[in-house]
Amino acid sequence: MSSKTKSADKLLFTSADWDFGTLKATYDAIEDIALNELKLDVYPNQIEVITSEQMLDAYSSIGMPLMYHHWSFGKRFVRDDVMYRKGYQGLAYEIVINSNPCISYVMEENTIVMQALVMAHAAFGHNHFFKNNYLFKQWTDAEGILDYLQFAKSYIAKCEDRHGFDAVERVLDAAHALMEQGVNRYSRPEKPNLAAELERERERAKYEDETYNDLWRTLPQPDQGDQDMDELKRKMRVEERRAQFGLPEENLLYFLEKNAPTLQAWEREILRIVRNIGQYFYPQKQTKMMNEGCACYVHYAIMNSLYDKGLISEGAMMEFIDYHSRVVFQAEYDDQRYSGFNPYALGFAMMQDIHRICVDPTEEDRAWFPDIAGNNEPVETLKEAWAHYRDESFILQFLSPKLMRDMRMFMIDDQSTSPHLEVAAIHDDNGYRKVRRSLARMHDVSVREPDMQVVDVDIRGNRQLYIQHTEHEGIRLEKSEAEMTLGYIGQLWGYGVTLQSVDYQSGEILHETTYTPDDLTSA
Amino acid sequence: MLYIVDRRKNPTGKSLGNRQRFMRRAKAQIKKAVENTIRSRGITDISSGDQITIPGKTLKEPGFHHMGRGGNRNYVLPGNKKFVQGDRIARPQGGDSGSGGSQASPDGEGEDEFQFTLTRDEFLDIFFEDLELPDLLKKSLKQTTAFRNARAGFSVEGTPSNLSLVRTMRNSLARRIGLRRPKTAEVRELEEKIAALQVKAEKRPNGKLTKSDDETLHTLLADLEEAKRRMKAIPFIDPIDTRYNQFQQIPDPNTQAVMFCLMDVSGSMSEQMKELAKRFFMLLHLFLHRKYEHVDVVFIRHTSRAAEVDEETFFYSRETGGTIVSTALEEMKKVLADRYPTDQWNIYAAQASDGDNYSNDGAKCTALLAEDLLPKCQYYAYIEITDEREAEIFAAAEGETALWKAYAPLAATHPQFALKRVTKAADIFPVFRELFAKNRAEATR
Repeated sequence: MSSKTKSADKLLFTSADWDFGTLKATYDAIEDIALNELKLDVYPNQIEVITSEQMLDAYSSIGMPLMYHHWSFGKRFVRDDVMYRKGYQGLAYEIVINSNPCISYVMEENTIVMQALVMAHAAFGHNHFFKNNYLFKQWTDAEGILDYLQFAKSYIAKCEDRHGFDAVERVLDAAHALMEQGVNRYSRPEKPNLAAELERERERAKYEDETYNDLWRTLPQPDQGDQDMDELKRKMRVEERRAQFGLPEENLLYFLEKNAPTLQAWEREILRIVRNIGQYFYPQKQTKMMNEGCACYVHYAIMNSLYDKGLISEGAMMEFIDYHSRVVFQAEYDDQRYSGFNPYALGFAMMQDIHRICVDPTEEDRAWFPDIAGNNEPVETLKEAWAHYRDESFILQFLSPKLMRDMRMFMIDDQSTSPHLEVAAIHDDNGYRKVRRSLARMHDVSVREPDMQVVDVDIRGNRQLYIQHTEHEGIRLEKSEAEMTLGYIGQLWGYGVTLQSVDYQSGEILHETTYTPDDLTSA
Repeated sequence: MLYIVDRRKNPTGKSLGNRQRFMRRAKAQIKKAVENTIRSRGITDISSGDQITIPGKTLKEPGFHHMGRGGNRNYVLPGNKKFVQGDRIARPQGGDSGSGGSQASPDGEGEDEFQFTLTRDEFLDIFFEDLELPDLLKKSLKQTTAFRNARAGFSVEGTPSNLSLVRTMRNSLARRIGLRRPKTAEVRELEEKIAALQVKAEKRPNGKLTKSDDETLHTLLADLEEAKRRMKAIPFIDPIDTRYNQFQQIPDPNTQAVMFCLMDVSGSMSEQMKELAKRFFMLLHLFLHRKYEHVDVVFIRHTSRAAEVDEETFFYSRETGGTIVSTALEEMKKVLADRYPTDQWNIYAAQASDGDNYSNDGAKCTALLAEDLLPKCQYYAYIEITDEREAEIFAAAEGETALWKAYAPLAATHPQFALKRVTKAADIFPVFRELFAKNRAEATR
């Protein structure tokens, strides 16, 4: 038997089409490499084959297989649908869910090479990252998420039946506007658990039923200018008040859920649902670049290994390289196609760069990364990094001078008082650290998103709620959006809300907006 | 450890619920956009493509976000070409001059309004969603099946007119790079060098080059020959590069149907009422064109006489006179007998009138409808247009117009007959939807 025919026998597939047999055989070959060569640690995999139409469906509900209904998902669907049908925008090749088992959706239209790429990328790359990164471990519950979404979906559907579309939509609109301010950043949240959620919800309803007394309704309202109330109000020092409400509180949704005086039990529950979902996605936001970089590194290693073993043909390898190079393409700043750093490109480049530093370091690398340079354990080193960093700290720790030179990074300083922009640093000895710090800050969610906190509430007075935006470096809030969002907060709170922007250094109030509910102005 | 699940058979349209909620939300704007379109454009213009933009004000999803500019910030960009530390760059255009950074927002606000654009087709799809002609039967025996072209990716063979330039050139470029075909510029460069050397030789007294120059010349000539050989051997575009847009013929079965539009243009109809009637028919016309490409439309208008007219006359010319409704029905009957045999055509009719009729004509109309027309029709819709003020009076007095009185009993005995009242422009679309809702039968039951 000649070596040529022998190698042809070994090929996993020879045509572009696939069936479940080849899919399984390919998966097994990939799994072998992932577990035995790269020694990845993954959740069990579940691959689901879907049509492009189903992909569009999944798209619009933020990639989740189960989601409650809301018009904003419909808006996304209409837009994606139009874009896709007109050919302006392709569909993602895959969607992967951080759950146990880890679910990856692949499209039936994909060729077998694409399926192999997708499985290596999602079912092993992302999967490993989900299971091992500290943020995901700390903040999300892969076991419970699908159950929880199921609960959320049916709970909200039930609310719609009971209270009408409009009432539910109003609460959801408001909650969505505050989703970014609905995450705990520093404390560990309790994990959502279906059984406990149901139990808690049942108890809340039961307590209300038991303590309901129709007589309360008939009592006359207390006088506004009551002497005793005034006395109490004076006594109640601001500090005490704040301590009572656990202020300042950065999780606005949490605060409203617990403290808004006029909300119904089901409305609080909806706020909680939106909050939990926001919390679930919070790690993804902070690790986008690393997560994609990890998945790209893994698929690149696996596909090359498949090729080296003679399991896929040269043609298949060419096809793979075509897809791969499109995914990790980075446009330069003056290119028409430029729209920021491509997380796939930057992530993949950094992973490859770390690999190089481990295996084949230069003198410079030894000076910059003494602990990993030349340790000859690239995969172990990367796995350490994937487990213990997020985008911002990862860049700060691992972005090498060589990569800054390769991508020709430069840093712009943009002072609003200056009529022009200044190049503050470039990829040279003077600039490496500055560029690296600046790029890291760009990937820091807490810098990108405004710093909002509930600081005070006039609970004995007119129940005015005070929200503070700490303004850094004169970067202001988008005015019209902030006003609309303030309106939503007012709706949930039921009374007036004041938004103050405060300078982070001087503590001086820069501007102030107040929302007054309609029914109060008329009263 | 691995589960592969085939979800392709699962129902699609999971986001239908979301879509419906979105449509509910956008309904006001969509309605407005359509009304504007119908008001501002002639009926034939509507069929030509245009874009309808729905402003997204109430579709906005606000949140607390930083402004895109202003303040002091720094950021990193890739792809430095020539900058060194300390360089100053003019602010890109469109940016604020940034004087102080305060009070810079008012002019920036409007730009950020989110808009999404539906093309006319998609817009009409949404508009006429869930509407259809009831009980459309595949009646005709000589039914023609038309074919429609739909894109079906790319293929390696096809006619030159379907050549996909981008794909072809991409393949060609890759092949040329892969096989190292010399570029024209490189060949020209070689030729220039050779020419320069030859000129140099002529200038020398003995007409010969120095030894080293001579060697260079020889290698250059050899290179040039090789380059030319390669260029010839490796074509710019090879048949293996070519890719063609592929189209698939998708059968588009159609059934023959005819819609009769009957409109009262007599003197009792005020300008405003005629306008309403016309609007209704415009909508109908648009709907038929959109959904049923091969539907014949017959326009009949009547005063005390009735005539079949063309579209232009039907919608745009003026006429007044007395009112005898039966003339229109007679005319319809005649056209039916002449051109549209019942066994081959699905027949529909819509009639608009203010309900006035010549006093003795009611019985005749009822008879015509009950005996001749309704048995042949799949669906017959009667729209009565009343003045807004009149409507109030009628509602109070439970009064009915002559025609309504005559027609009302028919609705009870004939399920394919429907009556509706329209009093103002805002009613037209709801009434239209009611008349042509997909599951009208179930809904009314």
